[in-house]
Amino acid sequence: MSNTPDDRKYADSHEWALLEADGNVRVGISDHAQELLGDLVFVELPEVGQQVGKGDECSVVESVKAASDIYSPVTGEIVAINGELEDTPEAINDSPYQDGWIFVIKPEDTSELDDLLDAEGYQNLTEDE
Amino acid sequence: MPFIPHSEHDISRMLSTIGVDTIDDLFDEIPDNLRCGDLEQIPTGMNEMEVSRLLRDKAAQDGLPLCFLGAGAYEHHIPAAVWEITTRGEFYSAYTPYQAEASQGTLQLLYEYQSMMASLMGMDVSNASLYDGASALAEAVLMAVRANRKSKSRKILMPLSINPVYRSVTEAIVQNQHIELVDVPFDAATGQTDLTALEQYAGEDIAAIVIPQPNFFGVLENVDALTAWATENKTLSIAVVNPMAMALLKPPGEWAETGVDIVCGEGQPLGVPLASGGPYFGFMCCKLQHVRQMPGRIIGRTTDLDGKEGFTLTLQAREQHIRRSKATSNICTNQGLLVTAATIYMSLLGPEGLKKVALNSHKNTQLLMNRLTAINGVELAFVSATFHECVIKVDADAKQLIETLAEKSHILAGFNVSESYPELGNALLVCATETRTEKDIEQFAGVLDSYLNS
Repeated sequence: MSNTPDDRKYADSHEWALLEADGNVRVGISDHAQELLGDLVFVELPEVGQQVGKGDECSVVESVKAASDIYSPVTGEIVAINGELEDTPEAINDSPYQDGWIFVIKPEDTSELDDLLDAEGYQNLTEDE
Repeated sequence: MPFIPHSEHDISRMLSTIGVDTIDDLFDEIPDNLRCGDLEQIPTGMNEMEVSRLLRDKAAQDGLPLCFLGAGAYEHHIPAAVWEITTRGEFYSAYTPYQAEASQGTLQLLYEYQSMMASLMGMDVSNASLYDGASALAEAVLMAVRANRKSKSRKILMPLSINPVYRSVTEAIVQNQHIELVDVPFDAATGQTDLTALEQYAGEDIAAIVIPQPNFFGVLENVDALTAWATENKTLSIAVVNPMAMALLKPPGEWAETGVDIVCGEGQPLGVPLASGGPYFGFMCCKLQHVRQMPGRIIGRTTDLDGKEGFTLTLQAREQHIRRSKATSNICTNQGLLVTAATIYMSLLGPEGLKKVALNSHKNTQLLMNRLTAINGVELAFVSATFHECVIKVDADAKQLIETLAEKSHILAGFNVSESYPELGNALLVCATETRTEKDIEQFAGVLDSYLNS
């Protein structure tokens, strides 16, 4: 049974989005997603300053058996990336919700988060898969 | 007996099982106007005896001309052992094995090939080969556009001194991806890419610059300056090199302070015979930082669960069977048999042997150049250092000269450069590899002299 903390929202494409105190949104992939992908070997990060739309591909995570696009859960500007992942992509496997974050977006409109699933909704989705 | 596993009976049983009358009915959904119909230009089949006879007759028409023609494919001596070993049953498969890890021998050979190419080019990584030199350049251009994430322009600086065939193949492959190839002129006196012509692009957003060595005219480019220009202007550099020349010259990994980002070229000089243009193979190497954007297969060495050495396909997530439409290329196969020959060729010659071949080719071309330019009506087109080819200007129609010498004297006098470069007038690109003797060169010079001066 994978872990799905209820402090954040989830996209049905398996990203999580956490609204932080400063109004920015931190993004990573869910515990369920990292389990499906297996051992991660590479993360292609977006660039700081890059403008992204909700649903845009902006990053790639690659495991020994698959490569998967990461879609931005909200519209905005990339303000931080997790450079640690370049050397330790396995942080996503070990700690998908903390050390394994991928990027931070300054959102144009935080109400876009309302379109995402809550922890219970996401859990139901992954159980159906 | 034809190697078709299904008898008429098998086929009719299969069709009736799925409720279809004929095989053609399976293609019903393709509209009539999209079908090619009967291929009337294609003759009916011939049996093996008839085909052998036909090919023998055709080959006899060519005869055994004395070859001073290069222009991208070169006649080098291939030790008999190369193809004797290559065509052993264990190697004689022209394809990447589909059950790859079951074929450890093939994978090990490809791994050795990659190690040799990376070492010859002075680069970090090599792939397991591509189709040919021209398409390797197209792949390198696509790769550079992906790898240069800072650049948004999709503009590539392409010297006019590159092989014109490479240029047109690259154009055909990349044009529908909105990549623009920008011509860079060459200096009329030296035949080298004009560094002053690059100045107008300084500071502009350019994805990559292509640097040939030697260039199409056989001339050595100022590779350090071109590579340094690329680095200064945050442009990736793509070297297109003759692998044989790299046994003698500074490899692209050592150009300027940084080395280039990507190297590609035609592998034919390494043990592949001239055969009407193919099959040959392309090669590609790059810096480690770009490896995830590299097309083609890569073989890695690893240890298995018992700690024993083994070989495996690596970084497969770049490839189309995993990444689908976002793969780095639709080339997931390679020219396996030609690469086998090249690996055996390189291992039989060794670095010293390769260097000797390159040196003797250079020496013979120097001799050829001196001998031909002593003839009244022949002059050198460019004053520059060359590897094993040079351009000569002749006081005669180049096309007619080539045809006459081929017909009357069985001499392939060179490549007609005038068609692609009318500004050079009547000009021939000539080549003498290590296979040409002093006597051969004397014979060519004598025939050319009497053609022009009697």
